Amino acid sequence: MLQIESRPFARDHDLFACVQCGKCTGGCPMTLKTKLNPRSLILRLLTAGDGFDLEPFPELWDCTTCSTCATRCPKQVSPMETIIGLRSAIVEKGHVHPNVKTALESTFRHGNPLSMPREQRGAWAADLGVKHYTAGTAYLYYVGCTPSYDPRGQKVAQALVALFSKGGVDFGILGNDENCCGSEVRRLGEAGLFEMVVEDNTGAYKELGVTKMFTTSPHCYNVYRNEYPKNGMQVQHYTQVLAGLVAEKKITFSGSLDKTVTYHDPCYLGKHNGIFDEPRAVLKAIPGLKLVEMDRSREKSLCCEGGGGRMWLEGTNPASRLARMRVQEAVETGAQILATACPFCVLMLDEAVKNLNLEEKIRVMDIAEMAAQAL
Amino acid sequence: MAFTPRIGVYICHCGINIAATVDVKAVAANAAGLPGVVVSREYTYMCSDPGQGLIQNDIRELNLNRVVVASCSPRMHEPTFRAAVSQVGLNPYCFEMANIREQCSWVHPAGELTTHKAMQLVASAVAKAALLQPLEQRRASVTPAALIMGGGIAGLQAALDIGEAGFEVSLVERSPALGGHVAQLHRTFPTLEATADLIQPLIDRVTQHPRIRVLTGSEVVGLGGFVGNFKVSVRQGEETSEIAVGTIVVATGFEAFDASRKPELGYGQYPQVITTADFERLSASGDLQVSGKKPQRVVFIQCVGSRDQALGNPYCSRVCCMVSAKQARLVRDLVPEAEVNVFYMDVRAYGKGFEEFYDEVRKSGVIYRRGNPSEILRRGERVVVRAEDTLLGQPVEVEADLVVLAVGMTPSRGTDVVAGLFKLARSSDGFFMEAHPKLRPVETSMAGIFLAGACQGPKDIPEAITQARAAAAAAMIPLMRGTVPVEAAISSVEEEMCAGCGQCASLCTFGALSLHPTRGVMTVNGVLCQGCGACATACPSGAISLKHFTFDQVMAQLEVVSGWAAPVAARQPREEQAIEA
Amino acid sequence: MTAPEAPKPAALIIGGGIAGIQSALDIADAGFKVYLVERSPSIGGRMSQLDKTFPTLDCSACILTPKMVDAGRHPNIELLTYSEVTGVTGQPGAFHACIKKKPRYVDVDKCSGCGLCAQACRLTGKVRSDFNAGMGKRAAVYVPFPQAVPLKYTVDPNECIFLTRGVCGKTFKCKDACTAGAINFDQKEEFVEVDVATVINATGFDVFDATRRPELGYGVYPEVITTLEFERLASASGPTAGRISLNGTLPTRVVFIPCVGSRDAGLDAPWCSRVCCMAVAKQAHLAHDRLPGVEITVFYIDVRAFGKGFEEFYDRVRHEGVLYRKGLPSEVLRRGDHLVVRAEDMLLGEMVDVEADLVVLAVGMAPRKDATQVAEMLHLRQDESGFFAEDHPKVRPVESSQPGIFLAGCCQGPKDIPDTVAHAKAAASAAMILLAQTEKAMVTSYAAN
Repeated sequence: MLQIESRPFARDHDLFACVQCGKCTGGCPMTLKTKLNPRSLILRLLTAGDGFDLEPFPELWDCTTCSTCATRCPKQVSPMETIIGLRSAIVEKGHVHPNVKTALESTFRHGNPLSMPREQRGAWAADLGVKHYTAGTAYLYYVGCTPSYDPRGQKVAQALVALFSKGGVDFGILGNDENCCGSEVRRLGEAGLFEMVVEDNTGAYKELGVTKMFTTSPHCYNVYRNEYPKNGMQVQHYTQVLAGLVAEKKITFSGSLDKTVTYHDPCYLGKHNGIFDEPRAVLKAIPGLKLVEMDRSREKSLCCEGGGGRMWLEGTNPASRLARMRVQEAVETGAQILATACPFCVLMLDEAVKNLNLEEKIRVMDIAEMAAQAL
Repeated sequence: MAFTPRIGVYICHCGINIAATVDVKAVAANAAGLPGVVVSREYTYMCSDPGQGLIQNDIRELNLNRVVVASCSPRMHEPTFRAAVSQVGLNPYCFEMANIREQCSWVHPAGELTTHKAMQLVASAVAKAALLQPLEQRRASVTPAALIMGGGIAGLQAALDIGEAGFEVSLVERSPALGGHVAQLHRTFPTLEATADLIQPLIDRVTQHPRIRVLTGSEVVGLGGFVGNFKVSVRQGEETSEIAVGTIVVATGFEAFDASRKPELGYGQYPQVITTADFERLSASGDLQVSGKKPQRVVFIQCVGSRDQALGNPYCSRVCCMVSAKQARLVRDLVPEAEVNVFYMDVRAYGKGFEEFYDEVRKSGVIYRRGNPSEILRRGERVVVRAEDTLLGQPVEVEADLVVLAVGMTPSRGTDVVAGLFKLARSSDGFFMEAHPKLRPVETSMAGIFLAGACQGPKDIPEAITQARAAAAAAMIPLMRGTVPVEAAISSVEEEMCAGCGQCASLCTFGALSLHPTRGVMTVNGVLCQGCGACATACPSGAISLKHFTFDQVMAQLEVVSGWAAPVAARQPREEQAIEA
Repeated sequence: MTAPEAPKPAALIIGGGIAGIQSALDIADAGFKVYLVERSPSIGGRMSQLDKTFPTLDCSACILTPKMVDAGRHPNIELLTYSEVTGVTGQPGAFHACIKKKPRYVDVDKCSGCGLCAQACRLTGKVRSDFNAGMGKRAAVYVPFPQAVPLKYTVDPNECIFLTRGVCGKTFKCKDACTAGAINFDQKEEFVEVDVATVINATGFDVFDATRRPELGYGVYPEVITTLEFERLASASGPTAGRISLNGTLPTRVVFIPCVGSRDAGLDAPWCSRVCCMAVAKQAHLAHDRLPGVEITVFYIDVRAFGKGFEEFYDRVRHEGVLYRKGLPSEVLRRGDHLVVRAEDMLLGEMVDVEADLVVLAVGMAPRKDATQVAEMLHLRQDESGFFAEDHPKVRPVESSQPGIFLAGCCQGPKDIPDTVAHAKAAASAAMILLAQTEKAMVTSYAAN
């Protein structure tokens, strides 16, 4: 039994505002393959009286926090935040998936969910001559855990460094001093740890006098921009800075990339934050590149199933991650490259290409990698 | 001659609206001891006949010369009480209200502090009442003509009514044709009549009417004057002319919601996705085709651009449920083999004959499914609608050849310009705001300007006609009376103190102040001045005062509330003055 | 405009609710005479029975009484309360009406509305008050509500002991109490005849008799009441002074049941009554406001919040914690000291038993019980629902089937207050056109003489 007090919960999450229209469930990508039904969940919470048992709802851990539900809800209810709230209740009672426990504990101890040592966090930049951030540096480049530690992710970070150095941007990194931003921690329901992470990071950035920051990952971008205290720090995703550099001709492409490319909008860039055009502007500026759009583009982009803690949670029907559907959609456009701008998407889509044995047909690349190649 | 105020104070309970929160008996008792107060009473409903009777009796028997009522907002009942006191011979401007409801009992919890505040508000009103001066009520003559802005069904009906009543009407329409949106409809619910049969006779009667002048391709570009004496500038092509009218009816209609603002529904992207407005044109041809073929499955989606806080359109557009029902029925008639689904959140078939029509539409084979679709995707030659059927409790994907988006109504293009020209308020939904949502559905805050039709809010044809006729009634009254009352509480200039600097005139939005050609001082146009007081506040030498809100009166109120006395030099001698013209 | 001596045409308005009052005020303001006939002792109609109105939560009496007072003292309006129109003949521009003035048994010139007679009456506190929808009691001599216009007492001929049995004890308690000598049992009904150019019918509506749905327990369980009865409980001028209490206790679980007598083909009431969804939302709000810790459930088929500010009000009510559940309850049963409402929650897909200690039935609007008689008297066509038929459902909403006779308000079909006011003003416009045209003809013929 995982009992919560549904009445105060319903009030705190403004669930009474819901008119049960079903737009959330109708658009939720996870309903394509699991029992997850946000609308029904909300009604059950509303009608449960004093106590609601969460145990019969393992699908709560399937949610990727893509925010399709929250973005489209006509009554401004967020089923996504409701699910995160329910996860919090479950975590508080100590009932979490072992993988999640490991990731959370690792974040607490080592500043990253990947159980990797702090001392290796800056290793990816060893021979690149990247400056360590100090007060007065224009931008802090916040790398993120996956691009720091994961070999595939590191390629993106390295490409970014090459790009921005060429573009004459004054930036520095924190190297081993960089700590997890906490985005996935909150989405996994560990509100307490998230609070601690926010406090530590905010203090650190204040001491360092950070005024401007750009990130590799849309997840880090989103949490710093929207969920950290507003202390005047300007936060951007790297595609925004890059699009500006391209528009101002501070970066020009002497090479070309003669490929047909289709772009997958990451949920945390597109649906969460409305950033659809800057990544496309960069791609269109690369000589030789032909951009084609999938039907599911922009606001209808199909979640790769990597967010909301899903990097550490198998979830229901693990054999059929939505990333596979996405890769099929990309192939159907005739594209040779499936471009994206999120390290989680890169990993998920990459894995899907391998699982579908489509390495000969299509390649997954981050925009940073493509731009760096065309420099 | 020194003037002795004899003030009557009346504390209203307003049922339990005031009495449940404020100790009205204590307030009345406290008021009895205030300077100048001769009698102090409390009663359940001061605005009722017996309540007003109490005041009138006291005026007669106790020789009251000033009256204070502590009750609701003056916006509710100031006219009521002013009329009551003038019926027994007391000048209505010798009456003052203290708002102890909206500004006290309704916003504070019950208790001593709230009662004390009510006492202060009353004492402040009493202090002012002692200084009030009688003012003359004047009337201005009315130009026996009206202007209707907008030639849609509401404008046409309003014009016809006023013309039939015997007055000259100018009907200004910015497009080249009359009939507005209704003229673009094919059929109407619930009768399924051809709309042309309904509107054409109305257009004919208007264009042939001896007293109605129709100006198409014309726009109102300026407004001057005031109720009874408006001067409207109308531009037609290159020429601008001025029309003199007594009253104005605004009937500028609506616009359909732009469905491309919901990109996940694919309007403008997929040829199979159209709006209800598009459907109307499509069905008028009698042949329903999409990409050269008859659609086999048609899906209607409700509430596109309505009931949507995410878009900033939280309101309901009222007619779409019935429009879709009508169009769904038309599909069944035009393409009998087609499967028709309507996705809805609530079916708002509220009007006369609506529920019965909804019954009929379902019987004709249209399937209603409860769920608000989330997105539309391409699937080969068709599209697929993704929704949850909330009654089945399952997500569904419905393939369709034709998807019709029931787009909502939004204020028409240029509403903000008209609002600025006419100084009309807008409700939070962007439509024009009526003076009171329950009891004054066609009046605006500007005297003499009335609203008709969808410009005030979404409505269907009978509602538009009803409201247009209602606006016509309101617009006709001043025309039939021949005169209108003019605001008495206006500004006046103390010429000895006026330097003619013109600061006041630059602030006046009504153009009521001007520099006298020979005397070098500012003068107030008594009919244009609306008594807003901006000039009095701005005047650097304090030469302008606003009648009924003089420096003295306001200071007296402040003194009571703050417990501080102003320096003696700032006071003016208190004397009964003759009625000022 | 008119030669001062020429006669001006007049209008007859049948019914003194908000529709009749609004039409009367507009026509009178335009300078024409109006006879406003109301069969109950006071004008005000249904709106005077309401507590707060949606969506603004204006107190109904607060916005109605100024209009009532205006109508009562308008120099151009002649109020004929406690009167009925018995016949109308003629044609547009020249109708002739016969009006029966029922005896109040109170001399209105002497009565000051003090109420001493009612306090003294042998039946005080014993007579069912129609105004309070049966939730409260009054005496045999009464005013329907404290803000009545005119504020004059009336003796109920069906209840007064003297009038029904011929003798009331040794002495008339009412006469003894009255210091103005206003009680007069010798009064007889009077008939007046008037000539008018136009008639507006504004006779309003009745509510559905909820005993026709016996499975909902109305009339059997005291905890089951109608929305109209709820309105009286919530009113400051009602039997509980606004405390929403039943037999002295405050309910803690309130359930609203929609569409009782509406959207019901089986009961010959297939129409939607238009206002109930919003009335229920408002009442749910009032209950939430006044009953501490209360749980409120509103069942619905569709939530018809279609008007200006309605959807926003519906949003507000949900935000306050009122639970909306889709499903039309099938029956209400007793379970110990409380009730149980059985319904299918269609969105859960499950049967539910919701416990309640107050169940409110949203009864529909129906034509007046005597609508057919009025129709016969005025030669008006009724539509299938029994409401008076307008001449064309789309483009002639105020014209009746009889030229010169117009319809205002709910007698033509269910409406809320703003729609009623607009409809009444529209009827006034039609009437004013006819009056202006008649006046022109009268002036011409007067001048010719």
